[in-house]
Amino acid sequence: MATAVIANHELDMDAEGFLQKPDQWSQEIGIDIARQVGIDPITDRHWRVVRFMRERYLQTGQAPTIRTLGKESGVSTKELYQLFPKGPAKLAARIGGIPKPHGCI
Amino acid sequence: MTRIVILGAGTAGTIMANRLRRLYARDVRSARTTITVVDQVERHVYQPGLLFLPFGGYEPEDLIRPHRSQLHRDVTLLRETISSVEATANHVHLQSGRTLDYDVLIVATGTRIAPEETDGMTGPGWRERVFDFYSLDGAVALRDALKRFEGGHLVMNVVDMPIKCPVAPLEFVFLADDYFTKRGIRDRVRITYVTPLDGAFTKPTCTRELTHLFDDKGIELVTEFTTGRVDGEKGVLASWDDREIPFDLLVTVPLHAGAEFVQQSAGLGDDLGFVLTDPHTLQAKVAPNVFAIGDATNVPASKAGSVAHFEAEILTDNIRRYLAGEPLVPDFDGHANCFIETGHRKALLIDFNYDVEPVFGRFPFAGIGPMRLLRESRLNHLGKLAFRWIYWNVLLPGHDIPAVGPRMSLRGKKLPVTPTNRTAVLAAH
Repeated sequence: MATAVIANHELDMDAEGFLQKPDQWSQEIGIDIARQVGIDPITDRHWRVVRFMRERYLQTGQAPTIRTLGKESGVSTKELYQLFPKGPAKLAARIGGIPKPHGCI
Repeated sequence: MTRIVILGAGTAGTIMANRLRRLYARDVRSARTTITVVDQVERHVYQPGLLFLPFGGYEPEDLIRPHRSQLHRDVTLLRETISSVEATANHVHLQSGRTLDYDVLIVATGTRIAPEETDGMTGPGWRERVFDFYSLDGAVALRDALKRFEGGHLVMNVVDMPIKCPVAPLEFVFLADDYFTKRGIRDRVRITYVTPLDGAFTKPTCTRELTHLFDDKGIELVTEFTTGRVDGEKGVLASWDDREIPFDLLVTVPLHAGAEFVQQSAGLGDDLGFVLTDPHTLQAKVAPNVFAIGDATNVPASKAGSVAHFEAEILTDNIRRYLAGEPLVPDFDGHANCFIETGHRKALLIDFNYDVEPVFGRFPFAGIGPMRLLRESRLNHLGKLAFRWIYWNVLLPGHDIPAVGPRMSLRGKKLPVTPTNRTAVLAAH
């Protein structure tokens, strides 16, 4: 398990920069990760998606998909791609401090 | 009198009905306990067979049996369409106007494909050059199209997760490679696998060990592709970030959703119609006397028959506990066990749960096998074919499979220690 220091906190992180323990996360850390992936400044619209993603993961153990984000987060799929050009689900998961969305193998 | 109502006569519903019938055999015979199963269709489809049907491996009649013949005679089967569940009143409302009262409700209505949710998918070209193989009709139409296919670009695409049998689209491209090779036209067919995830395999061990399958078979890979629309007339698959993939034949795994009535039932499901369910006890969040099993739940386990089978053993015990006024046991660990066809009469076998990723080792007997996990072999392929018999004769009647328990065994497996499985792995050694 690799660790990394972000916003002065030592965090458990996988090779691709996803936090492995969601409880280590804070908003400050989210802002720092956003900056690393080229989202600067992070806006209220971004936060809306990131918070939705994180809350849903903590409730169900599963990160919502693009489709759920587009239907339920209050941000349309089209805008999701404007906000997070390289893949909304993955980037919002990374900024929100939850593990990478994955398949079963 | 105790009334148990089971919604859905698929894999999970049938196993539960037969297990509960056996558990309460005497009470059921004397009608002190009733077990009623509701399903809107008459036939039970052996779904793993749908993967082989397009390549001529099975005929439709090989895969179908009446629901009635799979359920014990003391179980009541109603052919009705469900309108909604009113959990506060213990009512199931049926489209016929009838209402069923229950003491315990089990939701086992699985998942359905929703191709109409993707722009253009069911428009011109649907079932002509755009196909699914998750329905019997779709698999048959695809078989006929593959027979006519003389070359060009075959694209296999997964629209979004979660899907039923997450490895089926991978198996499909491996079997397509095999099929076109046998027909002698593999050099005229380009095969591309298009996934919304960031790899064909997304778990580190699988990525490392299985990526070679794509290279060996000459299958191209497009990742992080979130399907926005399909143009079946022009033959174009387009993503939300405006990437376009031209195709001659598109095989797609459409969006998946839960049964329609779930969304008409207050508090029962999530936005996709999957039942909000405790991942360890399988009790639904909506009420203590409602339970869910199999593909119908929102638990983060694979949507696969093996999962339903493992869940059934634990759910049967929890329903007995509920009716006896005992606390439920949080015993379900997400255990899944799947064969993965890799073509040319070989298959892989994987075994995993919520916390432990697929690993190497032997199965089902530690150190002996005879099956090897995560390695291609002919024996695994034979295991997959033999499974059809096991399905009808062991699984659906609700018997246990010898040596394969509901909880994943860590014995005989080569386990890397990670933060999420540390306790479990260290305890096994």
